[in-house]
Amino acid sequence: MTLDQVKDGLKNYDGPEMNIMEVCGSHTGAIAKNGIPGMLSKKIHLLSGPGCPVCVTPSSYVDKLLELAKDPKNCIVTFGDLIRVPGSTPKNLSSVRGEGARVEMVYSPMDTFDLAAKDPDTNFIFAAVGFETTTPVYALLVDEIVRNNIKNIQLLTAIKTMPEVIDYLMESGAPIDGFIAPGHVSVVTGVHVYEPIAEKFSIPFGVAGFKGPELLAAIYGIVMSYGKGVVKNFYPSVVKPDGNPEARALIDKYFEKYDASWRGMGAVKGSGKILKPKYSYLDAGSRGLDKDHKANPACCCDKVLMGKMRPYECPLYSRVCTPMNPQGACMVSTEGSCFSYLANHRTDG
Amino acid sequence: MEDKIIMAHGSGGSATGELIDNIFDREFTNETLDAMEDSAVVEGSGRIAMTTDSFVVTPAEFKGGDIGRLCVCGTVNDLLMRGAIPKYLTCGFILEEGLSIALLKRVVHSMAQTAKEAGVKIVAGDTKVVNGSGELYINTAGVGFVSDDTDISAVNAEVGDAIIVSGNMGDHHAAILSERMCIDTDICSDNAPLVDIVKNLLGSGVEVHTLRDITRGGLATVLKELSEQSKKTFTIEENRIPVTKKVSDFAGLLGLDPLYMGNEGKLVAIVKGSDANKALDIIKNSKYGENAAIIGKVAGNSTGRLIEVTDLGGERELDVLQGEGLPRIC
Repeated sequence: MTLDQVKDGLKNYDGPEMNIMEVCGSHTGAIAKNGIPGMLSKKIHLLSGPGCPVCVTPSSYVDKLLELAKDPKNCIVTFGDLIRVPGSTPKNLSSVRGEGARVEMVYSPMDTFDLAAKDPDTNFIFAAVGFETTTPVYALLVDEIVRNNIKNIQLLTAIKTMPEVIDYLMESGAPIDGFIAPGHVSVVTGVHVYEPIAEKFSIPFGVAGFKGPELLAAIYGIVMSYGKGVVKNFYPSVVKPDGNPEARALIDKYFEKYDASWRGMGAVKGSGKILKPKYSYLDAGSRGLDKDHKANPACCCDKVLMGKMRPYECPLYSRVCTPMNPQGACMVSTEGSCFSYLANHRTDG
Repeated sequence: MEDKIIMAHGSGGSATGELIDNIFDREFTNETLDAMEDSAVVEGSGRIAMTTDSFVVTPAEFKGGDIGRLCVCGTVNDLLMRGAIPKYLTCGFILEEGLSIALLKRVVHSMAQTAKEAGVKIVAGDTKVVNGSGELYINTAGVGFVSDDTDISAVNAEVGDAIIVSGNMGDHHAAILSERMCIDTDICSDNAPLVDIVKNLLGSGVEVHTLRDITRGGLATVLKELSEQSKKTFTIEENRIPVTKKVSDFAGLLGLDPLYMGNEGKLVAIVKGSDANKALDIIKNSKYGENAAIIGKVAGNSTGRLIEVTDLGGERELDVLQGEGLPRIC
């Protein structure tokens, strides 16, 4: 089948209406960048799900980071996209840094070792937020800390796992007829993890890459499998059926399953990872961070994340809530649904 | 002479004099500057263009350029974008205590070389020394002469015009980011004075409506702003936008979009549609214009929209850069 045939098939599709959700922030970005929404039949709707790590992190986690940041003995180490995420108040890491707290932005968790070696009197706390994609790197970080007996690095974790939350979304009645399964997450998990959910709810999954043709192929595969509980791999060059067992083994050495809390959804059974009790001395207080309080009560991030509202249907969207003045996490990260819709003038869905 | 800047270099006394004589005047020497008066008196013109810009890039030296070359190019290019021929520059230096004198000498030498290349004279200057960690900041102001029959402006774009960029997008941004992240690439900054391109275009009879240098915020930001100023819809085609494979790969790795990456030696020209190929040919045969390309057109009237036709065949409506771009790239 040629790319042109796939394009024709998607543009002229006239079967049952379909809501297809992507659950990976990079897919959200790639869909907009390639102009895919306008290439689909009016009967195919794309929804952005809980695929942006900072978007799904509850406010109590950010509050805890801010509390730790205030202690002059601590330095928070983080990826850039967490810096401007508000907690239960409009304060964020950027604003407390302005008040004198130490916050270092890094591109790799491994950069923490250099910081810690240069400043042995400071306790460096890595803000370990993410999905299956980044968890192996956090496991490597822990592995290095343990093996080298490093005394001044801890983690504050908010690690989530994808299959459990997809199951939760479907159980809660989200109107979804198919999932674009996350490419990078699947590199670690493999494709089999989606099979029980696909069968339970009779919905198709398409594991997709990040290039335009790869995404179109996956969407086409999902559309053609309407109502069927199947998992198809459209990214076989990178995603192996069984994923990466070595990475999973390293994760399981240090982390255990946890009922993680998701912004706007509450605790979802078994949907996260947390350091095992044996390594709790490396944990800066990640357990029990499950309260979620909106900085702005009118924010609809929760409904957007669950596919129950389009970003532009939120009363704050583009008026009160903008990338420079975000009211909710989905407008902060470039991978957030609201940011992506606003930056690309999207009115579809 | 010391090897680091000390507070005394900003005292106005003998140490300041030493700095001016040994570094600034030696490199920038010309009759006006050498007179060491309180202000420069120079020949004038009927219509002049004036502009000013401050430069705070870190690191001060990077692959393909430095803050000295940048601070001349930035101001010279701003003058050129109104169809002015750049003539005079002034420069104000803010030096932090501890700055390496050797670095300052290299930067000043680079400024002098770039000013010579751009055909401008540096006719006045100032130096201040402040506490800090050895960095330097430069402000340049510039004056250019505009001929009576030149009318280049953001509001002049007309439906049917062609949109041309003078070369590859994102090189400067990628070069600076590589330095900061200690990523070893051979991507060089594109910082360059665009005098040759603009002079050749203006002297060719091509009907040039708008010129704009594509700096912070990148091509998409510049075009979106121009579309709003001229109240037009611009359409551009993704596969016509020149980006080297190296920058494209680098951007892909870091999740950046070359359309929003900064440049320091590129312009967008909006010219009458029927002159498009002639204008492209002129730019391609001018210094720093060899990779120029026609990337789109002014498609209609609106409140200001920028539409990109993607490689895949979809359409994407672009906005100005949202959120924070890379700080201190110029």
